[in-house]
Amino acid sequence: MGGSKMELRTELDTGKWTTKRIVSYVLLALVVIGLPIYFQSVGNMFMVRIAGVIGIYVLLSLGLNIVVGYAGLLDLGYVAFYGMGAYAGVLFGFVVQDWLRGLSFLGDKPEGFTFWLMLPVAALAGAITGLALGTPVLRLRGDYLAIVTLGFGEIVRIFLTNYSKLTGGAAGLPRVGEKIPPAAGQQWAIDTFSMGDFVFTKNLFWYYLVVLLCLFAVFVIRRLDDSRLGRSWVAMREDEVAAASVGISITKTKLWAFSLGAMWGGIAGVTYAYWIGFISPESFNFMESVLICCMIVLGGMGSIRGAVLGAVIIAGLPEIIRWLATLDIFSGFITPEQASLLGDYRFLIFGGLMVVMMALRPQGILPSKRRARELHPVDEIEKDHEDQQLWEAEHKTNTPDHEL
Amino acid sequence: MEIIGQQMVNGITLGGLYALIALGYTLVYGILLLINFAHSEMFMTGAYVGYFTLNGLSKIEFFTASSGGLLLLYVIAFLAGMIATGLLGMLTERFAYRPLRNAPRLAPLISAIGVSLFLQNAALLWISSRSIPFPVLFEIRQFDIGGVNVSSMQILIVGSTILLLLVLDTFVSKTRVGKAMRAVSQDRDAAGLMGVNINYIIALTFFIGPALGGAAGMFSGMYYGNIKYNMGFIPGIKSFTAAVIGGIGNLRGAMLGGFTLGMIEALAAGFISTGYKDVIAFAILILVLVFKPGGLLGESVVEKV
Repeated sequence: MGGSKMELRTELDTGKWTTKRIVSYVLLALVVIGLPIYFQSVGNMFMVRIAGVIGIYVLLSLGLNIVVGYAGLLDLGYVAFYGMGAYAGVLFGFVVQDWLRGLSFLGDKPEGFTFWLMLPVAALAGAITGLALGTPVLRLRGDYLAIVTLGFGEIVRIFLTNYSKLTGGAAGLPRVGEKIPPAAGQQWAIDTFSMGDFVFTKNLFWYYLVVLLCLFAVFVIRRLDDSRLGRSWVAMREDEVAAASVGISITKTKLWAFSLGAMWGGIAGVTYAYWIGFISPESFNFMESVLICCMIVLGGMGSIRGAVLGAVIIAGLPEIIRWLATLDIFSGFITPEQASLLGDYRFLIFGGLMVVMMALRPQGILPSKRRARELHPVDEIEKDHEDQQLWEAEHKTNTPDHEL
Repeated sequence: MEIIGQQMVNGITLGGLYALIALGYTLVYGILLLINFAHSEMFMTGAYVGYFTLNGLSKIEFFTASSGGLLLLYVIAFLAGMIATGLLGMLTERFAYRPLRNAPRLAPLISAIGVSLFLQNAALLWISSRSIPFPVLFEIRQFDIGGVNVSSMQILIVGSTILLLLVLDTFVSKTRVGKAMRAVSQDRDAAGLMGVNINYIIALTFFIGPALGGAAGMFSGMYYGNIKYNMGFIPGIKSFTAAVIGGIGNLRGAMLGGFTLGMIEALAAGFISTGYKDVIAFAILILVLVFKPGGLLGESVVEKV
């Protein structure tokens, strides 16, 4: 048990800048910033696009992690918020861009500001949808909640498909004659950062934008984690009745979880829509919800690093392996054919992985300490002992908490 | 009036399929309090096994020469489909759910989603990504009953469904093993102390439920004429809805719920819009869970501290 105290401390310690930590952050930053530039300079456009897609999934998995990981509410219809963000952003954007065109002081392409105006609108649309789903299901238990959210996600998708007067139906948006305008700043970035042979493309612009959004999400969620609300989520997840009895409003806590989680879905949706320039209901099907859920399960429920890692693995691993297989250094390990076969088998493997993970390591690859303990029932005495240590570690490393 | 009658006939047929699948959900939920997400893939598996058996055996002349042989062929195909699906269900229980029996409730649910994803993609990769025509080797006759068109296929499906439901109901309420199943669903630990072999009963439940689901898959293949790797998803959720309407954990409730939902859906498709018929089923699911989570025949469950 001697070692476990140290482990607990490193997990909770967020303030110390050890050399190891600085080095790993710098390396991570180099990969995140540099790798897409490398892909672009060797002409591998496909991987630049994949990098952006991974970023969108990181955003989604961070958002769902609030609902599933922190608050413990299994949401199988998360894709509804993603879809609502995309459709709200695009449909409302059609109205707004006409209005913007009249404002000549915004430069020669004023409609470019549509995206930036739609970003908060989509976040709001996501959050409101989250509340709309959250309110009726407040009383439902874990597994019933999962089924209801699943039904909700399907209802949203079916409406998007069938209510074609507004949404363009299965053919998607924009319809003929409509256009999703490119975001203001895109052309500027392309002109500024293209040097010599190196072309800064649209996909690179959106990639870096998504990375910034992810960093913002990590910052916000990290702050939430330590806040009164974040601790209420954990308390509620561990025991709803006990949490209510110490004065936590379950209604408020659940609704905050739903709306704050859904907000990131909305942001991811509008970003995806304005990047790709086209949306259709099929992008928002149940399989997407399952995949996002799978990311959190794999990475580790309730852990930010886990959610990011899970998203990278599920959204990008087959492509990353396929890319690695083309490199000379890895040519001995795996052939491009094998790598592409692996890509075909990805969902089969993810499904199997979910079963194996639940049996062997339910806390995920990079778990949060608290969540790991919940999912791995341990001997009661040992549990009490660890509780004590966790409590001590928390009180040594954190500054005194005035809210308590 | 004739439209109502016609839609009622379609609704009863559909309802029979839902009832068969819903029984699988309700049996498993009653015993393990687990929503067996992989159940919709049992439905798909049954259809595929039936398809391969029919295709393989119909090459033998003995089966196709006479109507008696044809009947035997279908009986064999149904038995093969049901047994294979049942064994797959037991296998799933053994490897995906049994290790998690004492884990928090979210864990087996996630595991079940994993099994579902796995099986669906196994069918996609190893069999086909397209829809396959399901062999119907006998002639389908149409009967006109008071202006309402009833096909011999519908009579066959509803008749066999009711037969299977009666057999199951008798089995659970009259036999010794059925009594053990009811005991385990009431209180697993106490049943164990009374000498019931819990693992055996749970494995048996995971045989019966998927076997019925597999039968429904084959009926569905015959009724709609084709099968596909993802054919289980929508009927799976709707049958779960049916189980919830009737009161999950309650066998007769699942049957009642299945027929109720089939009827509502057929009428909604006939009078409102076919595009929104799935929305209606999902909306009913949400409304029942929110306002009457016990369902029609279920008892209201009080959350214990």
